[in-house]
Amino acid sequence: MNRFIQELTKGLWKEIPPFRLLLGLCPVLAVTKSASNGLGMGLAVLFVLTLSNMIISMVRGFIPKKVRIACFITISATLVVAVELLMQAYAYPLYLQLGIFVPLIVVNCVILGRAEAFAAKNPVHLSIADGLGIGLGFTMSLTFLGAVRELFGTGAVFGVPVMWEGFQPFTVMTEAPGAFLCLGIILGLMNWNTQHQARKRNLAVPENPLPGCGGCTACGAGRQGE
Amino acid sequence: MSIFEIFVSAIFVNNVVLAQNLGNCPYLGCSKEKGVALGMGSAVIFVTIMATLCTWLVQKYVLIPAHLEYLQTLAFILIIASLVQFVEMFLKKAIPPLYASLGIFLPLITTNCCVLGVTLLVQREELGLMTALVYALATGAGFLLALLLMAGVRERLETCRVPKALRGTPIALIMAGIMALSFMAFKGMV
Repeated sequence: MNRFIQELTKGLWKEIPPFRLLLGLCPVLAVTKSASNGLGMGLAVLFVLTLSNMIISMVRGFIPKKVRIACFITISATLVVAVELLMQAYAYPLYLQLGIFVPLIVVNCVILGRAEAFAAKNPVHLSIADGLGIGLGFTMSLTFLGAVRELFGTGAVFGVPVMWEGFQPFTVMTEAPGAFLCLGIILGLMNWNTQHQARKRNLAVPENPLPGCGGCTACGAGRQGE
Repeated sequence: MSIFEIFVSAIFVNNVVLAQNLGNCPYLGCSKEKGVALGMGSAVIFVTIMATLCTWLVQKYVLIPAHLEYLQTLAFILIIASLVQFVEMFLKKAIPPLYASLGIFLPLITTNCCVLGVTLLVQREELGLMTALVYALATGAGFLLALLLMAGVRERLETCRVPKALRGTPIALIMAGIMALSFMAFKGMV
């Protein structure tokens, strides 16, 4: 039970996906134009990630090592098709807003990265906890990033105006450049915070996290060092 | 839109990385050296065109007649995965010099969202086969351009003194943001 809680909570801060593990950046940057879009995308990923972790962990004994990536992709693609159909039925406006980024969950490195780094090696209940934890962390970060961008881009959060009167919105924040700038600055602040904490306690100052992608080398980012 | 306009708009105005936020992982991961960037970019161009051709034909002659459009995502990713495997084996046997330069990048491309993204966008915008192929070529070229620009900037950045907290990925993201800002200037072009 202790392990379960530990795996569940690590995704919420210590290994929070886009900020600490730098996983799955495409949806992070593209759909966080508003807080509600970020939340919707995060929940879709949470659903797929938890179920794919569960299924992969169940069949991990039968999958030959050589074709495992293909198997993981097939499993996650099946789940993504299910999410697409569910969203078309129950959340059609959100589905239109997210556009091709719903089907693109298939190639999101969060899914493959966790499958490869965790679910393929651990029992079912721990894999579910890992999926839930990382998925929740992902949802939180997407909502946070979406809220920041919406706040500066339109002066509102979740569509509710919060800035003072006469506030001039930086429209660029809701466009593509704003995504890069915003994520870059947030990552920088997080690194600064980590290093500041370490310095205060006289510990060794940690290096900035590289795009290691949790051991997943599927897209090439993790292979740089080899 | 004429073919030429599609070509220009896919490279500059709707650049796949800088305007549509697709393919960010290799954009940040493979942009440390110009040589690596060139190899990755060329491999993406090649696979995007092949994948667009195959998925377009499958969509038109298999999925639509069989009323299986809802399986598009599943079918496309499996086509891309097997296509990449096949291309890798073919290049290894038939054109070893090309395999030597592109080979290591090929397996990484299966999960590049740029490739799947283009094949899906082609279907959503209902482009014809010729237009779709031109669009795929231009998108790949736009990816290569963004990757090369970034690699050039990052090679220069090596010699600069960057604040410690921003070293690595944060500064790369901020550079990408500035680059995307300058690409926004192309908006009025098409």
